Amino acid sequence: METRRLQRLLPAAVVGLACVPALALAVRALRGSLGANPVETLTHETGEWTLRFLLACLAVTPLRRSLRWPGLAPYRRTFGLLAFAYACLHFSTWLMLDLAFDLTQVLEDVVERPYITAGFGGFLLLCPLALTSTRGWQRRLGRRWLALHRLAYAAGVLGVLHFLWLVKADLREPLVYASVLAGLLLARALRLGRTP
Amino acid sequence: MRKWEDIPASEITDLALFLRRREFLRSAAAGAAGLLASACGSADPAVAAAPARGEPITGVRPGPAAFGTDEPPNRFADAASYNNFYEFGTDKSDPAKYAHSLRTKPWSVAIEGEVAKPGVVPLETLLAPHPLEERVYRLRCVEAWSMVVPWIGFPLGDLLARFEPTSKAKYVAFETLHDPEQMPGQRRRVLDWPYREALRMDEAMHPLTILAVGMYGHVLPNQNGAPLRLVVPWKYGFKSIKSIVRIRLRETQPPTSWNASAPREYGFLSNVNPEVDHPRWSQKKERRLGEFRRRPTLPFNGYAEHVAGLYAGIDLRKHF
Repeated sequence: METRRLQRLLPAAVVGLACVPALALAVRALRGSLGANPVETLTHETGEWTLRFLLACLAVTPLRRSLRWPGLAPYRRTFGLLAFAYACLHFSTWLMLDLAFDLTQVLEDVVERPYITAGFGGFLLLCPLALTSTRGWQRRLGRRWLALHRLAYAAGVLGVLHFLWLVKADLREPLVYASVLAGLLLARALRLGRTP
Repeated sequence: MRKWEDIPASEITDLALFLRRREFLRSAAAGAAGLLASACGSADPAVAAAPARGEPITGVRPGPAAFGTDEPPNRFADAASYNNFYEFGTDKSDPAKYAHSLRTKPWSVAIEGEVAKPGVVPLETLLAPHPLEERVYRLRCVEAWSMVVPWIGFPLGDLLARFEPTSKAKYVAFETLHDPEQMPGQRRRVLDWPYREALRMDEAMHPLTILAVGMYGHVLPNQNGAPLRLVVPWKYGFKSIKSIVRIRLRETQPPTSWNASAPREYGFLSNVNPEVDHPRWSQKKERRLGEFRRRPTLPFNGYAEHVAGLYAGIDLRKHF
């Protein structure tokens, strides 16, 4: 098949691949193979994929610039929206399956548990970003769009804090995400890859 | 619709490829299905390889009716595949995967400190005088999940009495095996190894407190703390120390691992108490594994009638 046709199919293939974790969870849920604490497994894995896609999204611009790879550019939105999709799955698993819509418990958790305050805050920040992700909104907001979407970094920080603060003692995994995020923030701050 | 003369030659599909397009689609679909299948097959010991039961234990009599519960025990597969035993890794599924490296025979326990008859006792000798009972207890983890487990064991107090504690014995300290070769999780300092726990003397002598050697009618699987573990059902699960090699009676309060690791989060008493939250999460509710909705946590994990008296006059918010 021609390179150009492949290139057109690639975004679809990427999104298709990105859905595999969610589909796998659904299949495991139906088969009853989510382990002894299925709600915990679902919440944890959807949370991890949210963070991974968010970091992938934040990595697009630094990679695009340093590798001089303009073809990466559209994937910033792809990964951002995938992060939002997994964040919705993560949030709704927590709200529906863990707390069974007990809104007083939700409020108490958000207000009293720092790790949930961070997670909830991060999720809230992703909402306007998802809503304004289209080219139409880019045009409508002009320069303010870029300022708004810098909130993605804040969402990343809140997501990593959420993970760090909920772990009992083994900080290894959250620290991996934290260091990737720190690296991306550093790259941003140092304006790496930009032609002078 | 573009006119044929507008289509550049570079966009014309090679004939060979065109004829094989169905093959290409088939292999792409197979690849995606394979990826999905392997993603679905991922680590679930409870289904993939059901944890093995130990040897059956015979001659077990029922425990005191007052300590029983009519709540159904959790499935053995869950109790033996969802474990916090950081000596074998910090994921819940790690102990079931890696605890096979623990050698439970031969095993001895050192009984020392404020006792008239200290000694290092081989496990069979230690257990011999004690008839085994089945105790169906609730186990409540500090992480706010719980299970009902039918343990097989005997009262700790009966064992301690044999070694004649002196009048100075106010606390009982326990230690887990420390051997990073058998327990790979100990190669990282997630906690300060060896794992240590302790009880007040009156808590240790209480008839609810048992040393367990089995569960579900069989010898303890390694991941559940073989060959000898403590079960103190009215306290958070981390107090029920596993794979015990040392029991020392002391005059002063001994250090305990989780308290040493995070003193603001884990106290010495660690009684199950819905009124006292963990700094980072609530203790008001818990998830009983196998149930859909969370259930309210009970004071002293539902054993208040038996143990609340031990703490009369103590501010349990301060002494959590």
